[in-house]
This record gives sequence, C-alpha cells and structure tokens, in this order.
Amino acid sequence: MNLYLLLPEISLIVLAVVLIGVDLLLPREHKPALGYIALIGLIFPAYFTMLLSGRNEVSFSGALVVDQLAIFFKLLFLIAAALVILSSIEYVRRLPIPQGEYYALVLLATSGMMLMASTRDLISIYISLEFTSITLYILAAFIRNDLKSSEAGLKYLLLGALSSAALLYGMALTYGVTGSTVLNDIASALGERGINAAAVLGLVFIAVGFGFKIATVPFHMWAPDVYEGAPTPITAFLSVASKAAGFALVLRVFATAFMPAENTWLPMFFVLSAITMTLGNVVAIRQENIKRLLAYSSIAHAGYVLMGLAAATAGATSGMLVYLLAYTLTNLGAFIAIIGFSTRVGSDNIDDYNGLSRRAPMLSLALAICLLSLAGIPPMAGFIAKIYLFAAVFDAAATNPALYYLVIIALLNSAISVYYYVRVVKAMYFAPAETEESLGMTFGLRVALSAAVAGVLVVGIYPTPVMQAAQVAAQVLFP
Amino acid sequence: MLSLNAFLLLSAVLFCIGLFGALSKRNAVAILMSIELMFNAVNIMLVAFARFLAPASTVGQALPPVSTVGQVFTIFIITVAAAEAAVGLAIVLAIYRTRRTISVDEVNLMKW
Repeated sequence: MNLYLLLPEISLIVLAVVLIGVDLLLPREHKPALGYIALIGLIFPAYFTMLLSGRNEVSFSGALVVDQLAIFFKLLFLIAAALVILSSIEYVRRLPIPQGEYYALVLLATSGMMLMASTRDLISIYISLEFTSITLYILAAFIRNDLKSSEAGLKYLLLGALSSAALLYGMALTYGVTGSTVLNDIASALGERGINAAAVLGLVFIAVGFGFKIATVPFHMWAPDVYEGAPTPITAFLSVASKAAGFALVLRVFATAFMPAENTWLPMFFVLSAITMTLGNVVAIRQENIKRLLAYSSIAHAGYVLMGLAAATAGATSGMLVYLLAYTLTNLGAFIAIIGFSTRVGSDNIDDYNGLSRRAPMLSLALAICLLSLAGIPPMAGFIAKIYLFAAVFDAAATNPALYYLVIIALLNSAISVYYYVRVVKAMYFAPAETEESLGMTFGLRVALSAAVAGVLVVGIYPTPVMQAAQVAAQVLFP
Repeated sequence: MLSLNAFLLLSAVLFCIGLFGALSKRNAVAILMSIELMFNAVNIMLVAFARFLAPASTVGQALPPVSTVGQVFTIFIITVAAAEAAVGLAIVLAIYRTRRTISVDEVNLMKW
C-alpha cells in the first residue's frame, strides 16, 4: 500500500470536507468566497499530480496504477474542475443552492474521475465509476425546486443505474471466464484460454456500460435532456470531464484486458464511431436550444474520439488524448460563454443570441472562437486535434483498409458540423438585435473565459508540448 | 449439488425480469426496484463464480473453497446499490414535492 500514490485524490477529498466545514462558519453574504477557496485549494492536488508525474508504479494489489496516461487525464480533470468552479461562482450565487455542498460535490466528482483514470481492477473501476456518477446525479438535480433540473437528475440516475447494471453483468461474466478482476491477469487468461462466447458477451456488456458514460449513439438518449436540465456549469463538467473519464476507462480496459480479443471489438468501435458522429451531427442541425445543440455536438465529438479505438494504435491513442484535451478547453470555453449569457439574459435559445456581438463584443468573440474551434477551423485547437487524430487513424488504415472509410465519414461529418456552429456565429454577428442593451460579465467568468480561450489558441498555434505528452501517455498502452 | 449453469441461468432470468421491469414500469420507484433486481442478478452470478472458480489451493481445507474476489465484489455492489437507491429516492422525493407525481410519463418537460 503506497498511500502517497493517492495523494492527489486524498487532498481533493480533504479539501471537499474542509469546504463543508467552512460553509458552516461563513455568514450568508460571504458564501461566494467558498468558490475561491475551492479554486485555490486545487493547487494541492495539481501539485501532487505533477509530483507523481514520471512515475510508473502499481499498488493496492494491482488495483491502482500511476503512469503517464493517468497523469495526463488527472491534469485534464483538474483543469476542467478549476474552470467549472470559476464559472460557477456567479451562477450559483443567484440560485437557491447550498454553495458549500455544491463545490464539495464538484471536488468529490473530480476525485472520482481521477481514480477512474488510474484504476486497473474491475472492482475499483466499478467503485470509482459509481463514486463519480452518484455525485454527478446529485449535481444534475441540484436546483431542487427547478422542474427541469430535478427531471434531469431523475433521467440521469435511472438510465445511469440501468447502464451500470449492464456493466456489472459484463464484469461478472469476465470474472467468471478469466477468474480474475485485475486487467492484466484478465488479458493473460484470455490469451491462454482463447476467446469464447461468454467472454465476448462480457466484453459487449462492458462496452454498453461505458458507452452510456461517454454517450455513444444507442445509449445517448440521456445526454440532451440532462445537459439541458442540469445547472449549466454542471453541464459543462459532464460534457467534458465525465466524458474524458469514460474514455480513460474504455482505453485502459479495452487496450489492456481485452487486447487478446482485439478482433471482436475493433469492428464494434468502428460501427459505434460512425453512427455516433453521424447521428450527433445530423440531429444537432435542428436544435433551437444552445445547450441541446452542444449536447448533440458533444455526442458527435465522442464519435470522433472513438475513431482512435477503432484503430487502436499508439498514434491513434495519442490522437485521442490530444483531441480530448482540445475538446475539453473548447467546450468549456463555449459553456462559460453560455453561462455568461444566460445569467444576464436568462435564456438558452439560439434566437436570443441575435446581434450579441454589439451587446457583448468580447463574449461573442470568445464564443465564436470556441464554436469555430469545435468545427475544426484553423488556427484553433480543434483544428490541430482533428488533423492529428484523423492522420493517425489514416496511418493505421495501412493495415486495416476499412479505416479509410471511417476517415471519409469523419471528414464529411466535420463538414456538416460547420453548418450549425456557424449558424450561431452568424446569429451573433449578422442578425439584428432586439435590444442594444450591453451585457456585462463578472470577474470570475471573465477570467475563466479568457483562460479557456487562451488555452484553445495556445494549443492551436503551438501544439507540440501537448502532442509530446500525449505520445508519452499513449506508450503506456502501446509500448 | 446444483451445477454452475443452474446459478447462471437463474441470474440471467432475474436480470431479464429486472430489465423488463425497468423498461416497462412507469412509476419511478418501481423502476428503481427493477434495477435493484438486476444488481442482485449480478450478485448471484458473482457469488456462484466465486464458489465454483475456487483456486485449487483452497480445496480440501477446513473452510469451503471460495475465490474471495467474487465475494468482495458482491459486498461492494450491495453497498454502492444502497447509496444509489438513497440518492434515487431523494431525487424522486424532490420531484414529488414539485409535481405531485412520480410517473415517468408525466416527468417530461424535455423530450427524451
């Protein structure tokens, strides 16, 4: 037992408990300070994560692993958590929400995700997944008196519990076939005894459970409703961090435990990826609510990332990681701009964005940069990430020619997606505004938005460090 | 003694009953109960595997042979399912307070 390997998670949980304690002592008018305490406190887990960087250690009987892949994801979750907390301060202050619990739950969800990125055992995978999910169910339903928020929480919980039942069934079958729950032992058992029908069934059930978490197409129905109903900062958190955590698990489980069954799951992810990106993009075209639009767009982006699993090479995996980072920064930026808009105007309809460029020039510019980055237009991060991922999948197609079709489908989809992203930009810049009243933004939102947009531009213009980090991380799975 | 297949069949049947209930019931609490049934189907399977996949070293000792991993997994599933049910019932209660109904057909402000 090497407890120091858990220092980032432990410090996050301590921070959450401290926040709940401070919440009791603070008078009502000083409650927004809790957000800043949470934000400053994030320095500790970030420091400990950096400290563990470069190690490659396994502990807790093989259940916990700290390697570069885990570190990459942990830093990604911490960036997401920091931006979400910063953008929550103004949003939460206006709502009848207990603030201490809110920030504490965000931190707990983050620590659950960080555990998800570094578990290597089916039991601890299940526990960390549920730890994250249950906190997110609460956060989705956090505005208790709001009809939409509690409805979002109920839908998320019922479908989430259903999918975790499927996941457990798959895990139990896998345990029965291989006699172990440690991913590496499962791989060696499958390699020795061969793949039988029960193993394939277990693999499919596990894919169903994870497919729900990352919102791939047959299991995506919850995403638009939950994204629309949940408090907007939580929607942002769900759409980036929870999705990235799901991908961390999918990568680790399929690229280690089920590597001997590669021929079974490569075609499966091929089909999932193609239908996910196509359906996400086609349905997004018709959306009138910007949160639902971004929900379908995030489904489509999950489809792009899944291409990396359909290829399953070191290059494609690092492509997935770069894509996830670029997507995290971009999508968070877009959601922070939406928070800024909705706290002032109280609406999420795309029609209300008409003429926004004259009412809030900086906010419009930031939202436009993020939307164009999601569409994959240079020089933003989304462009570099798309090129890098598509090129890696294209390279892998040399051994698996079917992947050429996947790249073509992805390129067509990117073209479709430009339409609905540009529609919002067009509404902001070219449509006439109903009022000319200018919209201000609070300090916290302004800092969060600038940080996200700066990240999008920096990764877009100088992506080398991110790519190197992703390549090192991908080598963990594909040496 | 019953064979492993009997337990696996029981587990599969229970899982399907739970799935059918979860998809066909309209009352949110009934759906939660159906999902609970699915979890218990998995528990039966895990415990059966733990008993029948016992490592050779434990056979013939004083205690009956088991593989502890499966049993530990079961205990964790029971615990997490309880936590999940607690949160689920709390959300159902919040919905009942605002809408006076817990039928999922009427909780439909947003399209599925």
